[in-house]
Amino acid sequence: MERLTNRSKIVVNKQMTLAEKMYLPAIANGMVITLKHLFKKPATISYPEEKRYIAPVYRGQHVLKRDEAGAERCTACGLCAVSCPAEAITMTAAERRKGDEKLYREEKYAAVYEINMLRCIFCGLCEEACPKEAIFLTDRIVDVSGNREDMIYGKDKLTEPMAADKRIDVSVRQTQEVLDFKQNKAFGHNRTHLDLAKYIQQKNHH
Amino acid sequence: MLTQYAFYFLSILAIFSALMVVFSRNPVHSVLYLVVTFFSIAGHYFLMNSQFLAMVHIIVYAGAIMVLFLYVIMMLNLNTDTEPNKSNWVKGAAVVTGGLMMLILVVSTKSADQLPIQKALNPNIGLISNLGKVLYNEYMLPFEVSSILFLVSMVGAVMLGKKETY
Amino acid sequence: MSSELLFYKLGMVLFVFAASMVVALYSTYGERKIAAFLQDRIGPNRAGPFGLLQPLADGIKMFMKEEMLPEASSKWLFVLGPCLAMMVALTTGVVIPWAKPIMLDGQPFHFQVSDINIGILYVFGVVSIGVYGIMIGGWASNNKFALLGALRASSQMISYELAMGLSIVALVMTTGTLSVNEIVAQQDAGICNFVYQPLGFLIFLICAFAETNRAPFDLPECESELVGGYHTEYSSMKLGFYLFAEYINMFISSAIISCLYFGGYNFPFAHEMEGILGENMVRVLGFGFLFAKIFGFIFLFMWVRWTLPRFRYDQLMNLGWKVLLPLSILNIVLTGLFLMRNELLDLIIK
Ligand code: SF4
Ligand code: SF4
Repeated sequence: MERLTNRSKIVVNKQMTLAEKMYLPAIANGMVITLKHLFKKPATISYPEEKRYIAPVYRGQHVLKRDEAGAERCTACGLCAVSCPAEAITMTAAERRKGDEKLYREEKYAAVYEINMLRCIFCGLCEEACPKEAIFLTDRIVDVSGNREDMIYGKDKLTEPMAADKRIDVSVRQTQEVLDFKQNKAFGHNRTHLDLAKYIQQKNHH
Repeated sequence: MLTQYAFYFLSILAIFSALMVVFSRNPVHSVLYLVVTFFSIAGHYFLMNSQFLAMVHIIVYAGAIMVLFLYVIMMLNLNTDTEPNKSNWVKGAAVVTGGLMMLILVVSTKSADQLPIQKALNPNIGLISNLGKVLYNEYMLPFEVSSILFLVSMVGAVMLGKKETY
Repeated sequence: MSSELLFYKLGMVLFVFAASMVVALYSTYGERKIAAFLQDRIGPNRAGPFGLLQPLADGIKMFMKEEMLPEASSKWLFVLGPCLAMMVALTTGVVIPWAKPIMLDGQPFHFQVSDINIGILYVFGVVSIGVYGIMIGGWASNNKFALLGALRASSQMISYELAMGLSIVALVMTTGTLSVNEIVAQQDAGICNFVYQPLGFLIFLICAFAETNRAPFDLPECESELVGGYHTEYSSMKLGFYLFAEYINMFISSAIISCLYFGGYNFPFAHEMEGILGENMVRVLGFGFLFAKIFGFIFLFMWVRWTLPRFRYDQLMNLGWKVLLPLSILNIVLTGLFLMRNELLDLIIK
């Protein structure tokens, strides 16, 4: 058979030589290899004291943002849940009642919003899908837990605190470029049905 | 003084454990008691200043043979429940053989004082260098013959253990 | 027996006991650290500085664990098993000469519990008893996996005892004595027995690995894959005893290897240094050198463990019976020929 590449090796079932049968040279070889590792720098670190570098755009625990006045931005449209490849997000929508305008920016809001952190793969697609700039991934690391129930994060853990000094900064992820990108109607996924209608009109006009 | 106490202690231990070998219902316990017996006998050898014999006794009997015994008994999984009741015929045979054994023992101990006592034995004969010299000079032939015996039995064991291919 | 002698012997026994315990204790720590370093990790570093209190933490953990006695097992034997393993491991150290006798007021102060003139046989006898701890424990567990583990372990130990004994026979032929003390003293001249018995040393070393149930011969335990071997049913400190006995065995066999093949407390240029430092100082140094050798071998044990994979069981048996046993017999024959070379030459010339 013709060889396709010159990297392939022909396997032979040859008898071992006497030296190989004694195994001692091979053992000595292996021992030298492990001995070399004795003097190598450890690949691990003492974690809680030492921390590795984390990229500023690291995708960790989510946050549900509030607007400047402190009202929740999320309108429970469900786009994040639809876009989530891991099906980690569930929510229950509710209508905003009178007097709650300070709490919820939109007329409809998420009464329950849960992300299962055991399912989430931290891909960031929910953030990308959100039309209201409500959900963001942050560089916080999700804490471990001894049971599964604790890993389902509800609104209590996800929404950012109201106090101005405790707000969670997402400016590293929500840069001007990102905002511009989201406004760019040249990308199909940024167009709403209104944009689409405008687009069709323009086409007919031509 | 101390050796005397040791002698009594070891003797009682040896006799007790030897009896327990016979009386315990569980074969594994029997084997373990037998090991204790061997140890106390090895202790006797020590008292007689033949350390070599004592050590070899422990290595060969307690360390090798009894381990194999234990091995086989554990594999067979004998316990008190599976032990079948002996028929009267077997019991009778056991009584007769035991009685005969007793008779021989009594007769031989009674006539023991008539035996010529070999006095001039070197008290240090048990030390390994002396023992080696005696074995390889005076008792060369019996020693070698017994080793041939061992060889033959070893070959026999290997033959038995081989797969039958003919 | 005078009370002075009694006290002295008791002191020596205590010393051997303490040394075995402490070294074994810190071998567990060393094992974990060395394993970590060989695998580019850091290893235990939480308990105390550099994790030095880790062995204590482990011990406390072992004691606090729930004690379990299998319902249908034979209770006495179940407890006897680990005790026996521990006892046998601790009694071997008796015949090891830890240092040359140190002179105090003209009185030689021997650093050995007992100089039996058949020391090697004693070691061998005790080792052969070691099987019982495992067998009894495995059987008394009343668990078929434990029983199979015990059988596996004991047949391994019996098999390798043979080759070990035969490799010692060759050593005894060259040294002409069975006393460990004398064998060490003979290596005073600077040439250690390793030079005369390289093959014997290799066989002895391999068998020592097998006898202590260390990797690559750790089939009795198989921590990583099987049902745990003979100590499946054991928990708490009874399990701790078994595990700890293994470390003591490792220490003692390192000590015996150093004494038999590497000159024990002797070290190069000892005689030259005696003039400068004085006799006693050199002997204390020798004590240190013996321990350095022992630690070297303990390191070797661990190094091998974290390098080599485990044998398959048939390979293990083949190695023991078909390779090591014939090799050790060959070694005996070669040693015999070497010792009788002058007579043989005479015979040929005639
Ligand atoms: S987070 Fe965004 S995408 Fe998800 S439901 Fe709320 S508004 Fe919609
Ligand atoms: S980061 Fe990805 S997986 Fe996690 S919730 Fe958002 S979309 Fe789902």
